[in-house]
Amino acid sequence: MNKKSRWILAAGALLLIGTYIFPLWSITVEAPQYPEGLGIYIRINTVDGHAKNDLKNLNLVNHYIGMQEIVPESIPELKFMPPIVGFLIVSGLLVAWKGGKKSLYAWLAFFSLLAVAGLIDFYLWNYDFGHNLDTENAAIQIEGMTYQPPLFGTKTMLNFITTSLPTWGGISAFASIFMGYLAAFLSWRDKQVQ
Amino acid sequence: MNKTMMRVVGVILVIATFLLISECAKKEKPILGSGDAASAVYVAPGDYDEFYAFTSGGFSGQLGVYGLPSGRLFKEIPVFSVDPENGYGFNEETKDMLKTSFGHIPWDDSHHPELSQTDGVTDGRWIFINGNNTPRVARIDLKNFETAEIIEIPNSGGNHGSPFITQNSEYVVASTRFSVPIPQADVPIDTYKENFHGTLTFIKVNPDDGHMNIEFQILVPGYDYDLASGGKGPSHGWSFFTSYNTEQANTLLEVNASKNDKDFIAAVNWKLAEKYLAEGKGKTRPGEHYVNRMNHKTHSADSKLNKTVTVLDPAECPGLIYYLPTPKSPHGVDVDPSGEYIVGGGKLAAVVSVHSFSKMLKAIEDEKFIGDAGGIPVLDYDATIAGEVTNVGLGPLHTEFDGKGYAYTSAFITSEVVKWKLGTWEVVDRIPTYYSLGHLMIPGGGSMKPWGKYLVGLNKMTKDRYLSTGPELAHAAQLIDISGEKMKLLLDFPTVGEPHYAQGIPADLVHPNTTKIYELEENEHPYRALSEKEARVERDGNIVHVYMTTIRTHFKPDNIEGIKVGDVVYFHITNLEQDWDIPHGFAVQGARNSELLVMPGATNTLRWEPNKVGVFPFYCTDFCSALHQEMQGYVRVSPKGSKVPLSFN
Repeated sequence: MNKKSRWILAAGALLLIGTYIFPLWSITVEAPQYPEGLGIYIRINTVDGHAKNDLKNLNLVNHYIGMQEIVPESIPELKFMPPIVGFLIVSGLLVAWKGGKKSLYAWLAFFSLLAVAGLIDFYLWNYDFGHNLDTENAAIQIEGMTYQPPLFGTKTMLNFITTSLPTWGGISAFASIFMGYLAAFLSWRDKQVQ
Repeated sequence: MNKTMMRVVGVILVIATFLLISECAKKEKPILGSGDAASAVYVAPGDYDEFYAFTSGGFSGQLGVYGLPSGRLFKEIPVFSVDPENGYGFNEETKDMLKTSFGHIPWDDSHHPELSQTDGVTDGRWIFINGNNTPRVARIDLKNFETAEIIEIPNSGGNHGSPFITQNSEYVVASTRFSVPIPQADVPIDTYKENFHGTLTFIKVNPDDGHMNIEFQILVPGYDYDLASGGKGPSHGWSFFTSYNTEQANTLLEVNASKNDKDFIAAVNWKLAEKYLAEGKGKTRPGEHYVNRMNHKTHSADSKLNKTVTVLDPAECPGLIYYLPTPKSPHGVDVDPSGEYIVGGGKLAAVVSVHSFSKMLKAIEDEKFIGDAGGIPVLDYDATIAGEVTNVGLGPLHTEFDGKGYAYTSAFITSEVVKWKLGTWEVVDRIPTYYSLGHLMIPGGGSMKPWGKYLVGLNKMTKDRYLSTGPELAHAAQLIDISGEKMKLLLDFPTVGEPHYAQGIPADLVHPNTTKIYELEENEHPYRALSEKEARVERDGNIVHVYMTTIRTHFKPDNIEGIKVGDVVYFHITNLEQDWDIPHGFAVQGARNSELLVMPGATNTLRWEPNKVGVFPFYCTDFCSALHQEMQGYVRVSPKGSKVPLSFN
């Protein structure tokens, strides 16, 4: 790895610190009776509301259609994620320091796998929340209706308009992985030039 | 054409011309509130009004909250009167708010709202209002629009001249409209002159939490003290009170109290009063009075009885108080925004007398006294008067200011607002009102900073203004645009109760600071249940405490058995919601008091004494969600002595 690549990689690894500070993803719902919107943040280690009581109120609204309650403590991924990302930061810095190309590729492969797995996992959770409804007790049941929030973008479900987008934590993770690839690319191009 | 034909045509032409002219004349008649008035008061759906207006409820005892310029009613805040709609005064938490030395008084006559001020500007923290009948002053918190405190005024009969405020909310005042024996005593009524007195009360307001305490009372001659105004700017440190019945009549006041050419405005130097108090001139006198305060953590009123008050006697406190003679049975007294002019509305005169504060100080210095009344020096009218506004209509009552050098006086008998210029005292405009105008209000119009855009006239009679509702009619308010040279009537809207005075404030000073919910974790109600796990029923002898929770869309518990006739059941309802605008109601069949309307995060208690055997439903009364109709439960009541065990789900 050339010097430039190593710096870019180090910066990319450090960017991941952002995932501890900022939420990864945001899901917002708006409805006529919620003009101010209700929203939740998916953070690296928990799920919480945009405003103090938003998660509680979203769960309350969801219970009419039989959606499961979102209980952050019961989501195991939220326990694994902080150490895994911590490992990514430390190992990324280590790779940048040592400068080994193979270890860079290994790091990138691991990160990429993790990112894809994370998105799939997030999708599956959304799928489960949207489909696995309590048909025994739900007061409002509409034939054929499911409530899976989108991964990216906006979707209208009953009276709610749901918007799901990455926020600064998620964006910093994307930026981090992009910088990893950039480091690999620059280092590879450098070699071609030589 | 023959002559007959011509005559016929001529007659037809004359009739047609006459009809045309009369039609034109009809059209020329001014159509009030027409033209661009509609757009001036139109607040589009979803938009906000520019001002809040707070109107006293008068005989309703409450406080109305309106928007200006739309005239839309937002809320009626229960203050001195019980309100079964939300349980105020009925539930266990708020019933002590209405505690007085006479016992629980479920009603009063509320006249004058007064906003708190900082540096002479309305600050949107609190609004005070007087209870006239059983003398009291209430403070309403403008964060949650609820009555936060009620203080009883002892040694008073008819707390009319109240609760006018000083420029930093140091004090709100109270004055006896009806003089009475002080202390109260069993004396013949015709010993009025020797035995009856008035008091001017200064209630200290704690600047941090708004808590009120009676700092001192001034014992004054037995006249009828009517209204008051705080000095401002140069006159800060003084308060002014009108009086009538300086004749000291005790019967048929209509005639007997209208004899003197002039009655008095009492000028009280309260800063000097503080000095006299510090010197120990205040005497501790009997003065039983309750102070009832809502504790926002327990959601309950704390009630405290004070036995005494500190009284200052003007005879022992020279310079404390002077009388300014003012024609004729003056009603309102209003100090202009500069603090220099003290405007007295000569209720039975056709003149408004304006005293000058600086001339008053000079007259005191030069000892321009024409005598004394009950030991209080009476100043020479000519030495204090700055000007008289003549042609001001009949029965001038109250004056407000626009901050642009003009004053607006209500004339009751001639039903009009009269605009005149401070300094030149000339009348520059007038506009009729419908009908019998009492108070008028300009947002900030009694403070140092009026927002001189709108004026609201508060009328005593409605007659034909609205669709009839039989003998009892709504009172009418008229919104007048005062932004231009000529006043313009914009809107005419009915009001609840009988608004006497009102207050107005830019919405920006209040709306953004309002409370949306009460935090559950801050709830310290002794009978709270902060989660469904804490919901339960406990029996202690014949007292049953039901710790019940509400959340969309059920009660927990919703089946209770083992209650017996003769039990006293307390339903303590904690609303677990933490979302704005999701109150839950609680009503149970046969409750002989009221229902509850429990705000998110709060706990309210309904006392229920079942007197029939059976199974009785309870339910939510506030349409809270799609399953509101399902939000119900049952309580089984067994005969006295029954063995049905206490149980709940």
